[in-house]
Amino acid sequence: MTMLGNQIKKPSYVLSITLFFLMLAGIIGGIYYATLQIDYVWRWYRVPQYFLFHDKMEVKSEIEGDVSSISVSGKQTMITVKDTDQEESYVVTDGTLLVDEGDRIYPGDTLAFQKKWKAGILMQGLWLTLKVSFIAIIFGILIGLFGGLARISANPALRWSAITYVELIRGSPLLVQIFIWYFVLGTLINTILAKQNMWQVPPLWFGVAALACFTGAYVAEIVRAGIQSIHRGQSEASRSLGMTYVQCMVHVILPQAFRRIIPPLAGQFISLIKDSSLLGIIAIRELTKATREVVTTSLQPFELWFVCAILYLVLTFTFSMFLQYLERRTLSQ
Amino acid sequence: MIHVENLYKTFFVPHKVKALHNVNLNIDAGEVVVVIGPSGSGKSTLLRCLNQLETANSGKILIDGIDVMDPKTNINKIRAEVGMVFQSFNLFPHKTVLENITLAQITVRKRSKADAHDKAMHLLEKVGITDKARVYPDQLSGGQQQRVAIARALAMDPKVMLFDEPTSALDPEMIGEVLDVMKNLAGEGMTMVVVTHEMGFAREVADRVIFMDQGAVVEVGTPEHFFTNPEHDRTKLFLSQIL
Ligand SMILES: Nc1ncnc2c1ncn2[C@@H]1O[C@H](COP(=O)(O)OP(=O)(O)OP(=O)(O)O)[C@@H](O)[C@H]1O
Ligand SMILES: [Mg+2]
Repeated sequence: MTMLGNQIKKPSYVLSITLFFLMLAGIIGGIYYATLQIDYVWRWYRVPQYFLFHDKMEVKSEIEGDVSSISVSGKQTMITVKDTDQEESYVVTDGTLLVDEGDRIYPGDTLAFQKKWKAGILMQGLWLTLKVSFIAIIFGILIGLFGGLARISANPALRWSAITYVELIRGSPLLVQIFIWYFVLGTLINTILAKQNMWQVPPLWFGVAALACFTGAYVAEIVRAGIQSIHRGQSEASRSLGMTYVQCMVHVILPQAFRRIIPPLAGQFISLIKDSSLLGIIAIRELTKATREVVTTSLQPFELWFVCAILYLVLTFTFSMFLQYLERRTLSQ
Repeated sequence: MIHVENLYKTFFVPHKVKALHNVNLNIDAGEVVVVIGPSGSGKSTLLRCLNQLETANSGKILIDGIDVMDPKTNINKIRAEVGMVFQSFNLFPHKTVLENITLAQITVRKRSKADAHDKAMHLLEKVGITDKARVYPDQLSGGQQQRVAIARALAMDPKVMLFDEPTSALDPEMIGEVLDVMKNLAGEGMTMVVVTHEMGFAREVADRVIFMDQGAVVEVGTPEHFFTNPEHDRTKLFLSQIL
């Protein structure tokens, strides 16, 4: 329908598409050409190892003795070291043996190399970003739900608390809030805990708290708008049937509001996933911080920063697809 | 059944309006009372004060002997006894017809799902829409929606039914089907307060008609009285406009 106003004729349509791809190729080519000018060597093959790498682990003997038997069953090899008074067995999977039957072994000797797949720094960073975002989204929803309900509550104490919270959070930069959570609240809490000889809260949790509170304020406004967009007749009808405020909210208002707030919520949560990149400054090794560390060791900044950006894109795109699916499902019933 | 004494209600936003000005009213059990009056005369406000969708500034309302305006009264209990039908139906659009009728039965009356379901089907039969139990409200005509709304209110087994212009939002050809349901209900002895401009309905089933203007009850009488010799000039003027 909206296309009617500026319909494009077929030949010029093809021309436009061609232009688009030419432009894209031009930009990529341009960047590549520029990097050649500064003698940058692209080494994409170095990137995968930061996701998954084959770690070589040494299997060492803990006792002194003779290798009494080496038995192979499939990929597993069992090496048994035996002395007069003790015996120890080591299982090696998919490895290279360095000893033969009958060899004399001393504690600390390497019996075999064992290979194992391990998650690289980028993979760990990606996982942490996912984890932090997920937890912050869950708490953000809870805070936002209560914040939004408090915001339209008849009780002035609740209402004003919600307004203050929302305005404070929305009025200051997230970076500053993260600093406050970590350097002010974090120091306070952990110093007090230390004085009581108690467990220390790791930085991760202050980061999650900062993100959750930040998102919560925006979710509260989205929830408020969603609830207020439901016609007053709905709550009047349910209250006139004798339903309590909570019953009316749970069964009538929130289910209807939920459908309307999915799109703005999706935008908010996508922002949150991207904003989690700020947590690197308080020593949380999420994707961005992980990328920075890999850049300093690998000296391949160009490849790695592109990879980092693409990983965020994959996360946010998957998430937005999921929410679109959710939206379609709630609408189609 | 309903006793209203010196009821006052003033709105201050957006500007000061005396919506109810010293209203006194007695309605017996089984009585059908039709409330008429020009737009803005306070008819809706009166109805909404009866089930506390609106809080009056002063006065007294007793329903079945219980003081509705007493802060110690559990208002949700009263509301369950007082059914209300709105001009704009206000069905729950995310629930099927059946769920619309069972929801409050289950949450408020604590009936089992099966009982609520049976009751709903019985009421749908009564209002003549058995074949639409599983559809959503937006697939129904206005007249059907209003009949579902009546069934939803009746499912609570109310002692009183309030109707606020139940047919005003309907196409003319659908008014009859809703009025028929209401007539049947009156015939069964339900206590009803009906705000309507359908004078045919008033003439046929009302025990009493109340004419309101500018927040006050101007004239009360039988339908007979209103159609033959209304007393006040304002009543005459209003009736001459709508008849
Ligand atoms: N929530 C409200 N806030 C402010 N003023 C209101 C509110 N509800 C009603 N009023 C005012 O109170 C007066 C009485 O309104 P009410 O709705 O009771 O009239 P009514 O007789 O039902 O009219 P209608 O036939 O148009 O429905 C009107 O002047 C109206 O503007
Ligand atoms: Mg009205």
